[in-house]
Amino acid sequence: MSKLSIGGVELKSRLFIGTGKFPNHQILPEVIQASESQVITMAIRRVNLDSKEENILEYIPKDCILLPNTSGARNAQEAVRIARLARAMGLGNWIKIEVISDNKYLLPDNAETIKATEILAKEGFVVLPYMSPDLMAAKRLVDAGAAAVMPLGAPIGTNRGLKTKELVQIIINEIDLPVIVDAGIGKPSEAAEAMEMGAAAVLVNTAIATAENPVQMAKAFSLAVKAGYLAYHAKLAEQHQLAQPSSPLTGFLYEEVR
Amino acid sequence: MGFYDVYSQYKNIDYHQFYEELTDSDILKIIHKDRPINEIEFLALLSPKAENYLELMAQKAHTLSLQHFGKTVLLYTPMYLSNYCTNKCTYCSFSIDNQIKRKQLTAEEIEKEAKAIASMGFKHLLILTGESKKDTPLSYVIDAVHILKKYFDSIGVEIFPLTVEEYQQMIEAGVDSLTIYQEVYDEEIYRKVHLAGRKRNYHFRLDAPERGCIAKMRNVNIGALLGLGEWRSESFMTGLHANYLQNKYPDVEISVSFPRIRPHVGVFEDIYEVTDQNLVQFMLALRIFLPRVGITISTRERQGFRENLIPLGVTRMSAASSTEVGGHSIEDAGDGQFEIDDKRSLEEVRAAIFKKGYQPIFKDWVRI
Repeated sequence: MSKLSIGGVELKSRLFIGTGKFPNHQILPEVIQASESQVITMAIRRVNLDSKEENILEYIPKDCILLPNTSGARNAQEAVRIARLARAMGLGNWIKIEVISDNKYLLPDNAETIKATEILAKEGFVVLPYMSPDLMAAKRLVDAGAAAVMPLGAPIGTNRGLKTKELVQIIINEIDLPVIVDAGIGKPSEAAEAMEMGAAAVLVNTAIATAENPVQMAKAFSLAVKAGYLAYHAKLAEQHQLAQPSSPLTGFLYEEVR
Repeated sequence: MGFYDVYSQYKNIDYHQFYEELTDSDILKIIHKDRPINEIEFLALLSPKAENYLELMAQKAHTLSLQHFGKTVLLYTPMYLSNYCTNKCTYCSFSIDNQIKRKQLTAEEIEKEAKAIASMGFKHLLILTGESKKDTPLSYVIDAVHILKKYFDSIGVEIFPLTVEEYQQMIEAGVDSLTIYQEVYDEEIYRKVHLAGRKRNYHFRLDAPERGCIAKMRNVNIGALLGLGEWRSESFMTGLHANYLQNKYPDVEISVSFPRIRPHVGVFEDIYEVTDQNLVQFMLALRIFLPRVGITISTRERQGFRENLIPLGVTRMSAASSTEVGGHSIEDAGDGQFEIDDKRSLEEVRAAIFKKGYQPIFKDWVRI
């Protein structure tokens, strides 16, 4: 599997994982190991540096890239403040922009996301914006300096899969930046599907965190992402409306007369 | 249009007839529905007939809660600043008629309480007062918030209802969330239990959560004091109110609390019984109706019951509570608002949540 390059960093794993919703932080090292993920996202609003036990950073291996997110931000201004706080806290310069002002469906606000991306990219952040899959918004994010775009497959936490498949495919086809499918992926098969479509990576949280066995599920996602990636690069065979028998009924017409 | 229009639309429906006409198949269809349910389907899940399907409802509520919130529970604690009150409410110890030990914290005492609470590990604080704008004017609460901001990441208020402009002042001072209970949605009972004082104004109270949303509170928490009215209709109105706010103000997190009336100083005896089973049915129906709504369970409830409620959809719990003014650090604390049931320490509650397979969270928001 070739490496994925984001913000000048080369990554072997194309599975990014989230740290929310787990029953405890102690399980995280095992989950991260099973997932082989190198990029780990966490909500700044939940990072509690005061207590060793509550501090999520204690449970993330040092060689992982931290991807703090701006979850909780309702507009560009709040997202920018949270990003700056994350950097000041020593969490590096990668930032996942989440601007959500709709608490019912948790759909991102693309316009505010573009504004925040522009400001933070200029400040030297590696900006990964979470977005509703809209081609023009994706193009504007590219112009704003995003390092990748992260369209949603379905609303956060729903595990409903790639409901936005057609729109995500258009973005993959038209955008030169890595496209990371974020949110909605509920099954390893859906992660594989996203990779087969040509996604650069997928980000999974709920599907792993709320599985009966999160460690095993992390492993399953890791394998699925690899399978999907290999399938995409092996060039998927064409699809046909009608069956194409391997022993055609009219084959005799083309056989040489013996 | 305010919530009163929604209330008016439903207040005269014949609940009895609606419940009578429901079939088992209706209930099962609603529980198994793949899409969000509507208001009438929510009422069906509150019906006596739905009592036979609590386990199925619980399975569905559990799945929805897990998807939306994962295995986490936010912990917070209340801090009473004052128990002076100018209202005459038949069900509350703080009522002006009751001979209780009144107290109001000074700035030094607020700081002392803050230090005591913060040292336990709390990051989210809910401050409360009795309803006396005379004794605890807005400026007093704002001064308190300025002190408390040094110690806590998030501060909520549960005080007398305010105007939009006043809520904006609270937000500027550092307040993130508003808790305000209607106490009872039934207008007639509301008049009967609020004998005197500003609280008699049903409409001003009913619209307070919406004013908080307009002012842009981050979180608005509502509820009915269960026991003052018939629980099914009160639960229905609470759910409708949460739904109304959630739809109209999508940028505000809406939460619902389920306080049951507790022993207190006073004489109110006209209590409608709300059993454990009733409370659970309300919580399950609400979770299925509004999968993203926050659900708060306080220390009014007993420990074992609180723990069993966690997988059903609880997102927030109070711990190490004291309803006494200065109850965390001050020797001559004022009398409490009601008796709490779960008297465990924060450490014990925390351990119990872990044991249940959930993660207790202390910090869920930081204001910067």
